[in-house]
Amino acid sequence: MNARILEFTIEGIGLCAPGLPDWDSARAPLRGERALGAADMQRPSPALLSPNERRRAPDSVLLALAVAEQACAMAGRDPRTLPNVFASAYGDLAINDYLCAELARAPLDLSPTKFHNSVHNAPAGYWTIATGCMASSSAVSAGAATFGAGLLEAVLIANREAAQTLLVVFDTTTKGPLSEVVHARAAFAMAFVISPKASPGGYVVRLGLEVGVPELAPLPESLHDLQTTSPAAASLPLLAALARREPAAVDVAAGPEGTCRLHLEISF
Amino acid sequence: MPDRIASASITAYTATCAAGRGREAIAAALKARSTGLTANTFTSQSLKCFIGRVAGLEDAALPAELSAYDARNQRLAWLGLREDGFTEHAAAARERYGADRVAVVLGTSTSSIGETELAYRTLGEDGRFTPAQREKRVHEPHSLSAFVQVALGLRGPCLTVATACSSSAKVFASAERLLHAGLADAVLVGGVDTLCDSVLFGFNSLGLVSDEPCRPFDRDRNGLSLGEAAGFALLERAAQEGASRQGVDRHLRLIGYGESSDAHHMSSPHPQGLGAEHAIDDALVRAGLDAGQVDYINCHGTASRANDEVEAAVIARRFSARTRASSTKGWTGHTLGAAGILEAVITLISLEDGLIPGCLNTRVLDPVCGPQFILDNEKFPGDGGARRIALSNSFGFGGNNCCLAFAREATT
Repeated sequence: MNARILEFTIEGIGLCAPGLPDWDSARAPLRGERALGAADMQRPSPALLSPNERRRAPDSVLLALAVAEQACAMAGRDPRTLPNVFASAYGDLAINDYLCAELARAPLDLSPTKFHNSVHNAPAGYWTIATGCMASSSAVSAGAATFGAGLLEAVLIANREAAQTLLVVFDTTTKGPLSEVVHARAAFAMAFVISPKASPGGYVVRLGLEVGVPELAPLPESLHDLQTTSPAAASLPLLAALARREPAAVDVAAGPEGTCRLHLEISF
Repeated sequence: MPDRIASASITAYTATCAAGRGREAIAAALKARSTGLTANTFTSQSLKCFIGRVAGLEDAALPAELSAYDARNQRLAWLGLREDGFTEHAAAARERYGADRVAVVLGTSTSSIGETELAYRTLGEDGRFTPAQREKRVHEPHSLSAFVQVALGLRGPCLTVATACSSSAKVFASAERLLHAGLADAVLVGGVDTLCDSVLFGFNSLGLVSDEPCRPFDRDRNGLSLGEAAGFALLERAAQEGASRQGVDRHLRLIGYGESSDAHHMSSPHPQGLGAEHAIDDALVRAGLDAGQVDYINCHGTASRANDEVEAAVIARRFSARTRASSTKGWTGHTLGAAGILEAVITLISLEDGLIPGCLNTRVLDPVCGPQFILDNEKFPGDGGARRIALSNSFGFGGNNCCLAFAREATT
């Protein structure tokens, strides 16, 4: 009790964003060695789902499952055993738009499948079903601070349960009249497999909770625009620091308007 | 298998639902066995069903400085925070520990989507949200927790859990982890969900809504009644609490929790209830309990055919005949993302008052129910000072399960 500093290791990383289809190909642009080109994103295609399931699955599910399976593969962990946290500021925006439009038009015609896919934990649900995972599963949200708050929740679970824990952070692209009030111009998703111990070879992180406005770590210029496209892109400064593989300190907002931030010290 | 946890003190708690505003009103409704369910006049188009509606929300505007958050869900949150002196208890914790040491973790399923629905029903001719709707901070899942944090002047970690009907049960687990890690000294947990077209027409599209008041665990049950509720509790480390406690039995504790996944189906439970059983097992292990020590289980008991059959079978095989079980959704309706906290509050009221509520509206128990299930109210066993132990189950879409274990420690 009263540890206040939590130590953990990032064993696996998943990434899926415009121009950054996975962690391996993202490292060069994250290090600033290669500029991020303008790139449309292909529909993610997680291997866990059959072609039929992939065709029917909502965008949020494809996005979240794609990065989750990348991170588990890199970590060499069996997804069935991992408690998991799925963090998203807005959930599936295309389904939200459908739901609100259909309710305004003909509420009795609402699609039951779209309705059960509209729950914030739909990607978490599909993940546990696809992997046969019966461990604890959560779906969380914290506005612009969703990445930091989700990371904190996953680290707390890993720490409390002494178990590797999966974190998935995603946001889909906004659609319809909602676009005006919801700031998510592009899909973005990332995932970590977090181990509560300091593992050799992994990215070791010491996390402390602090008060105040986060000091933003520098990002290569070609990523500046991407950073503003999605709440989930708040993960970019940490991802860039990990890609550089040098000891570094990164602050991440974990509350509104800079009330509460995570101070992360990375070593190897 | 998880380790046993140190219990956390519940130093303030409250709920507001169709059955009553505040603990005293809810306790009176439980005792009198009077339901809060009424015929539906809420939806934008007619839908024959019964709902657990909190009266007067339409007229309960937020203070001007919080008007950007105005939505039915925040109105119910605001109303709920003022019952049982909860706002004052939260302020006392803020003063005692500092605003940055009090975390907020709230559960909700649909948050303020009712306001987004309204924005879509009232689009301008240009197809855009009205200027007023564009100014609002309500069109996202986190609006509830953001509102509560601002309204109470708190500055610690702030998170929304949205795992459908287990949302505001899981917040207790998150709170225990924050306290254990020393990242907060008090955690305000709870949840709010309000009636909206999304859930009424959504559950209707799945064929899960009854045309009569719900009858949990009844042989002839035919679906759920939806409701709305706000509930809050303040959790502190048992060793540290004291000053902020007021007007609450000082022996109430969160002693365990279990979280699990069914890994089965998005909208129907695991046929053998394996996920539910894992959650119950983990709650018992963390609490250091044998199933035989549990006095009462407040069930998820939605009155859907599938949930009640699976849950009753798990309880029948996992608990002895001395344990009592019931669902209190006959009083409140299924309040979805608020069900976890509402039923945690009802469980705590039950522990304090020594009254075990029997299922309301239920006429003939489903034969799958074991001897644990009761239709009439009963009293907790033993003398008034004995340790009382109760569980509260919450199971959600996506196969998301949570079981909470509470105790009123022995007073003698």
